[in-house]
Amino acid sequence: MTVNPSGWRPTTPANEQGEARTVTGNRALMLEEPLLFEIGSTEQTGVDFECSPAQATAQGAATAAPSGAPRPRPWPGNKLGNLARTHPIDLPGLSEPEAVRHYTRLSRQNYAIDLGLFPLGSCTMKHNPRLNEKIARLPGFADVHPLQPQETIQGALQVINELAFWLLDLTGMYGIAMSPKAGAHGELCGLLCIRAALEARGDKREVVLVPESAHGTNPATAAFAGYRVENIPANPAGRVDLDALKARLGPDVAAVMITNPNTCGLFEPDMKAISDAVHGAGAFVYCDGANFNAIVGKVRPGDLGIDAMHINLHKTFSTPHGGGGPGSGPVVLSEALSPYGPLPFAAKMPDGSYKLVEEESAGDEHPKAFGRMVAFHGQMGMFTRALAYILSHGADGLKQVAEDSVLNANYILRSLEDVLDAPFVKSGPCMHEAIFSDKGFADGISTIDLAKALIDEGFHPMTMYFPLVVHGAMLVEPTETESKASLDQFIMAIRSIAERAKAGDQSLKAAPVHAPRRRLDETLAARKPVLTWRDPEPARAAE
Amino acid sequence: MRYLPLSDSDRSEMLRVIGAGSIDDLFRDVPQELRLNGPIERLPMHASEMAVERHMTALSRKNMVAGEVPFFLGCGAYRHHVPASVDHIIQRGEFLTSYTPYQPEIAQGTLQMLFEFQTQVARLFGCEVANASMYDGSTAMWEAIVMAHRITRKEKTVISSGVHPHYVSVATTMAKFTEDVLETAEPELSAETDEERLIGRIDGETSAVVVQYPDILGRIVDLTPIAEAAHAAGALLIAVVTEPVALGLIKSPGEMGADIVVGEGQSIGVGLQFGGPYVGLFACREKHVRQMPGRLAGETVDAEGKRGFVLTLSTREQHIRREKATSNICTSSVLCALAFTAHLTLLGEKGLRQLASLNHARACETAERLAAIPGVSLVNDSFFNEFTLKLPVEARPAVHSMVEKGVLGGVSLGRLYPGVDALENGLVVAVTETATDEDIAALEAALKRVVQ
Repeated sequence: MTVNPSGWRPTTPANEQGEARTVTGNRALMLEEPLLFEIGSTEQTGVDFECSPAQATAQGAATAAPSGAPRPRPWPGNKLGNLARTHPIDLPGLSEPEAVRHYTRLSRQNYAIDLGLFPLGSCTMKHNPRLNEKIARLPGFADVHPLQPQETIQGALQVINELAFWLLDLTGMYGIAMSPKAGAHGELCGLLCIRAALEARGDKREVVLVPESAHGTNPATAAFAGYRVENIPANPAGRVDLDALKARLGPDVAAVMITNPNTCGLFEPDMKAISDAVHGAGAFVYCDGANFNAIVGKVRPGDLGIDAMHINLHKTFSTPHGGGGPGSGPVVLSEALSPYGPLPFAAKMPDGSYKLVEEESAGDEHPKAFGRMVAFHGQMGMFTRALAYILSHGADGLKQVAEDSVLNANYILRSLEDVLDAPFVKSGPCMHEAIFSDKGFADGISTIDLAKALIDEGFHPMTMYFPLVVHGAMLVEPTETESKASLDQFIMAIRSIAERAKAGDQSLKAAPVHAPRRRLDETLAARKPVLTWRDPEPARAAE
Repeated sequence: MRYLPLSDSDRSEMLRVIGAGSIDDLFRDVPQELRLNGPIERLPMHASEMAVERHMTALSRKNMVAGEVPFFLGCGAYRHHVPASVDHIIQRGEFLTSYTPYQPEIAQGTLQMLFEFQTQVARLFGCEVANASMYDGSTAMWEAIVMAHRITRKEKTVISSGVHPHYVSVATTMAKFTEDVLETAEPELSAETDEERLIGRIDGETSAVVVQYPDILGRIVDLTPIAEAAHAAGALLIAVVTEPVALGLIKSPGEMGADIVVGEGQSIGVGLQFGGPYVGLFACREKHVRQMPGRLAGETVDAEGKRGFVLTLSTREQHIRREKATSNICTSSVLCALAFTAHLTLLGEKGLRQLASLNHARACETAERLAAIPGVSLVNDSFFNEFTLKLPVEARPAVHSMVEKGVLGGVSLGRLYPGVDALENGLVVAVTETATDEDIAALEAALKRVVQ
């Protein structure tokens, strides 16, 4: 959720302040790590296989393989047609100790929730409970094939069904599609349900309305689903301009995509009126559920008149974000849209067993399904984690999640409003994220400088330059899994940096100075893209 | 609540700082009638770690575990041994609990790993560039079709009958909404693939031809003549690889002329996981990179001139381009990409070739033994670790009968193509390095019984 439109380019800092250089480039625990392609060899491997027949005979060990292990035998001749590989692939390998060290060293160059506060607005970077990792790895979940016969996957279907039940309970919606693979995929699922419902009534509508403050995925998804996108403006209080929306609604509008709580961290108090107006115009309301964390267990989207909403299990329900996925984006649907939800899904039968409804049986049971979104059943590994998360928290815990996330965000908002411009503070409390602008920073100092200075203080920066409706936006989402002490330290760091930004402290432009890398030249990367490793030319010539 | 650090006194103190009388004051933008008065109904109160583990473990025991029985399923998901160190690596908190690497100064671990992943995928597929992953193979295939559409500005795509039917189903679903025209067909239970049909269908309106390699029946199709025919008509060849281990032994699609190669990376490092999360692989020619979907890690330098990596060419992406983006994809499958790259690094070229050879040898042996069962014949002339048998009986009930004998004996084509009579006797059997002699003997015995 972060872009850098500032056009900033790095320059070599003039003053190194006498930092001692090391021969290796390492700095104690911070170890430089070459690329795999610089340290590996195509002859090296970290995996052993059973000995080949020749090796086994040579060592007199033909019968030494443990019982049950695949015993090698002479090849029966290959069946590869005439397509056996003739050229090497050039894939270097590492022995196990080298591989473990390679990835461990790389891991240490990453910031992570496990290390500290990760206040990326709209991303809900909360603690990932380790119980959930253990659960997802149970052989009965991790080692099950998606095409096993149904009598052998009753537990898997029950997980999907139970999670679906609780997600419906928490959202007050009517139906659910579990298979979308991430939030944007869920958006697509929701819009395709809407499109299918409109087409079923012979209504060809072409436009999807999206607020200016929406996540970029919203307009991208609408375009991907074949719609033309039009923006609707925000009012000065950071909410959807209801009058402008009403004025634009008409017979060509298929849907309105709203984020609630919105990307300014504010609840849309007119949500019900928005939904009524949209429905009155024959259109549907899609809600981006990225910010569900603020209201889980407190407000049910079904009560707001929403027709479809995706739920990012990797946000509100804490499945690990893993450096950029996997996510999971189940979509809850209103009664009007449920008949159009995609295949497959898990249905509970009257006898207590579970049934996978696929294309084959859909004709009778789900005849209006718009189709299929993924090869198999969705993100099972995320479902198990999310179900464990919901059961661990329970009704009381989830309510507390929403309350603490909102409390933490408001604590930050009020603790910083005197040093940072908070454009909507007069509108009242925020929800689970607090937004600030760069108003008041000295000339030449911008949001990115504050963000990079935060890195030196040991924090991940907030979401910056988003949403676009706030100048130099800084969107801070602490989540409920931060302690007060953690928030206080963060507040202290930001207060100090904000004062420097307002005072025009040019040293901010050099930040970060303590990270594994200084600022990176993104312009160079984009101008001459180097996307794969190529061996240096002299090395090639020498081969 | 073990996951919530705030104490009641913290909460009171924080409310005081905020100037709110109660937590409800912070929710005042939510109209009163829309707020729930108490905890949500039905959902029980919070539970101990032990209680949750007990419940979830009980659910897990209701599934038949692939590793505990003779197991021969494939068709887009393959059971391979994953080294223990792979799971250790992906559980490093700095990988597991990090975000998309938007702040490159403190995300070099993920970015360098992705750069290495991209290089491995590109080399394996025989392509110049690869991206940092997609959701899975099926969605990657659809993204390839629309990418070809953007490049050629043509709308017709010819899909081979050998492409996984679920992948085809995803594409036909999406095409209903984009007005792309897809030409599809069902496979025949024959050693012959539909190469001639495909070539015959290519015309000046064709944007792309999509071919799975090896295909859904396990057959290995020579892509070269299809690539030549496609290119002659100004169309692109999209190759789909659902079992990348095969590429340790057979030619890459790129070297046979494929323009875009997509695939499912599950079989290297990720595990079965009942279908997800998996990892979509996506590679293409360098000249098409700006039409590519998804994230890309690229090399650059930092302010001190040190090599580093960033996400790049993001002007293709939704967070910059919004409705003009090449795709709506945001979150992809980076942790699964890490599992893939770590496993492939442990294998290296030598290990991958050994693994592929072992798979092929086991599959050849198994095919020979099963085809010797009276009434059973081998459909394929060519295969890697997966082949199709024609049974003298309908395969779908045969699969269920084998389950009763404790054997997961394959995927029936009746499951994948319900209602297609010509395919109902087809059984697709995958044999990997995890199948033991005893497993193969058990399959042979079970199949003998069900076909009698």
